[in-house]
Amino acid sequence: MTLQTPYRRWYFWLPALLVVLGVTVPLGYLLARAAQADLAQLDALVWRARTWHLFVNTTLLGMGVLAVATLLAFPLAWLTTRTDLRGRRLLTLLGVLPLAVPGYVMAYVLLATTGDYGTLARLTGLGVPRLGGYPGALVALSLYTFPYLFLNLRAALAGLDPALEETAQSLGYTPVQVFRRVVLPQLRPAFYAGALLVGLHVLGDFGVVSLMRFETFSYALYLQYNASYDRIYAAWLALMLLVMTASVLVLEARLLRGLLFHRTGAVPARAAAPAELGAWRWPAYGFAALLTLAAVALPVLTVGYWMLHSDAASAWGDLGAALGRSVLASAPAAGVAAVLALPLAYLSVRRPSAASRGLERIAYLGYATPPLAFALALIVFTLATVPAVYQTLGLLVFAYAMHFLAEAIGPVRSALYQAPPRLEEAARGLGRTPLRAFFAATFPLLRGGLLVSVAFVFLSAMKELPLTFLLSPIGFETLALGVWGYSNEALFGRAAPYALAIILFSAAFVGLLLSQEGGAAKRAGPPAKQGAALTASG
Amino acid sequence: MTRYFAGLLLLLPLLMLSACETPEQEPESLALYSGRSKALVEPLIDRFEAATGISVEVRYGDTAQLAVALTEEGDQTGADLFWAQDGGALGAVQAAGLLAPLPDSLTGRVDARYRNAAGTWIATSGRARTLAYAPGRVDTTALPQSLFDLTDPQYEGRVGWAPTNGSFQAHVTALRRLVGDDSTRAWLDAMQANGAVAYSNNRAILDGIAAGEVDLGLPNHYYLYGKKADDPSYPVEQTFFAAGDPGNLVNVAGVGVLAGSANQDAALRFVAYLLSDDAQRYFADETYEYPVVQGVTPNARLAGREQLTALQPTVDLEELRDLEATLNLLREAGLL
Repeated sequence: MTLQTPYRRWYFWLPALLVVLGVTVPLGYLLARAAQADLAQLDALVWRARTWHLFVNTTLLGMGVLAVATLLAFPLAWLTTRTDLRGRRLLTLLGVLPLAVPGYVMAYVLLATTGDYGTLARLTGLGVPRLGGYPGALVALSLYTFPYLFLNLRAALAGLDPALEETAQSLGYTPVQVFRRVVLPQLRPAFYAGALLVGLHVLGDFGVVSLMRFETFSYALYLQYNASYDRIYAAWLALMLLVMTASVLVLEARLLRGLLFHRTGAVPARAAAPAELGAWRWPAYGFAALLTLAAVALPVLTVGYWMLHSDAASAWGDLGAALGRSVLASAPAAGVAAVLALPLAYLSVRRPSAASRGLERIAYLGYATPPLAFALALIVFTLATVPAVYQTLGLLVFAYAMHFLAEAIGPVRSALYQAPPRLEEAARGLGRTPLRAFFAATFPLLRGGLLVSVAFVFLSAMKELPLTFLLSPIGFETLALGVWGYSNEALFGRAAPYALAIILFSAAFVGLLLSQEGGAAKRAGPPAKQGAALTASG
Repeated sequence: MTRYFAGLLLLLPLLMLSACETPEQEPESLALYSGRSKALVEPLIDRFEAATGISVEVRYGDTAQLAVALTEEGDQTGADLFWAQDGGALGAVQAAGLLAPLPDSLTGRVDARYRNAAGTWIATSGRARTLAYAPGRVDTTALPQSLFDLTDPQYEGRVGWAPTNGSFQAHVTALRRLVGDDSTRAWLDAMQANGAVAYSNNRAILDGIAAGEVDLGLPNHYYLYGKKADDPSYPVEQTFFAAGDPGNLVNVAGVGVLAGSANQDAALRFVAYLLSDDAQRYFADETYEYPVVQGVTPNARLAGREQLTALQPTVDLEELRDLEATLNLLREAGLL
């Protein structure tokens, strides 16, 4: 069977096996561990009002964030693609820049800014109530996640065929009707793709809900882990979180079914005629200004203020050490992820089969699994099987690599699509072994893609919080843990240098994302998949 | 090229293996599980490292988390020392038989009430639970006189507490000793029904009061002095409840050496350092706690030792070890 051939070669089956086992075995073990609960215990811990309360809170937060993110992302996407507004390029940048402020940094900023004793009150005497609980979590998560929705919606709006709208208009539809009946339905796939990412971030988030003290499944899992090592209840909380994630994935797949809209002809070069805003451009500018203020200016100014007005200097030495540790964990993770991504991407592009698609799904599963649940699964699994690995840097590196593998596959796959297979075939025809042929003909063309893969995983791991929090070795304090630990203790001045470092690394991530998005648009890859592959966890 | 790729893949497990090694493996190195927060104790640990050349790797966490981790890890633990935020957690680890006896030269440094009977852990500093408040928003002439007054409707939604924090959990264990499990549970329920606001730790409670989120709170005594040292106009004050009220619990932070530690000598040097006049003065003047060694006097801004003795309820700290039952109670009450 031709389907089976690639898997005979060790350089395909070994990485494939590693990924499959790495993602599924810990989760399976978590399931087994949870099943050990006796019924009485289950009744007392799981089926109680608190679980329902957590479920409602998690759902409300997810829906709230989605609503606010849509309200922010949709107008911005429309303004930057379909209007004659000046500075659309700048606005596009603005729509992506908030990704440079991870949710937990945003939460830190909001906590340090608001309240009778926050930066705002100190500087202006203007007391705003301190953000916390639901509103706090809602604002911090929305400001951080709306760019995912924006990127997807923008790509979809730019790619719409204007002929459909023009036809509808010529059939007597009013502009509003055209928008509702023609434009909106076509945006649904992009919206669902973006919404899925927003949902995964809300479910996986741990820093924001902890700092804002809003009780979701993630927060309860963290509290449970913190207060006691009762693994069974923690395992159940992790499972409930996994079930919610799975439901979101299934829901998205259902909603997407039969929703693929095709153009009949080739890709049209023609863009829709931009709407003339006229006097409406002023509210548009106001909207953009407000968003810039909240999502970008506020964090930068707040961190700057605390850097200047506290004994931040004492933290500089620690900052260097924390930076070193972050790199020590993130760099090997990026290397491992890229090495694993290469054979997986090769299989999916050159030998597409049910098996290669399954492999890719598993890589995405690792990405979609809430980091806290994944970390807990790894802890439970290693303690029971190889306790020597527990609390080692190796485990942290492994967790990063498995979690961010999907980010590494995307760029390699794009590069592979551009590398002509004929060169490799020719090399084989000249008598080279498949592996030699690959390295002689194709590999040189993949270097750029691989480099981007490495960079993505590196930068994502640098700012990752939940995995780092649960899996770090003793005394291994990274940048992300510095921000989180100090802001959790309300030591905002001490947290400032760490927050600044995280913002800088995240900004580099955004720069890379933007340059990739530009390239991806030229290659016209499927926007939803691109978005999913390129997004980072918070 | 094949070799190149094979090398890459072979490198992978090697990379992971090498990463499994702890990055800093020095001959003299201690692993400390600290339930005390980094901000409080790191400067002191730095001084110890500088003075002795022994490096200390610290795992910071909540006291309860670390105590349960130690009991679960048993002989396998990598920890040499446990520095807890309360005597109860040390009692729990002692009850599991994990602590090594300390020499008389160390236990003799402190008063009998500042160590356990078996001589396996010693207090390093004392701390009181207090009532913090916002002077502008509460009537300072009619402050609540008991922990149990806080369930009064007039305090609805105005009290901050930290149910996940080790100090609070020890306080709940003390309450169980003083008034029984049922009354303790009733108090927890009434506090929740009265809208008590949960914070992650003591410092966050004070900041919640400063920020205007709540008007009263139940922190340890020393955080406020630290805040005021940084910022004299910090808008929070604190006081005690009526003499003998369970709300004035005086607890200790304490340290013990793990019996399974292969670094007993270095670990004992660390304990000895914490009881040295130098370290005790650090607790008195830098963290505003009560020193436990007789020769060192508390900071003048604190209530005197005798005054504190008169205010505190009578509890044997070693009796506060029943942590698991407290955690269960908090879980049943929906606080965990």
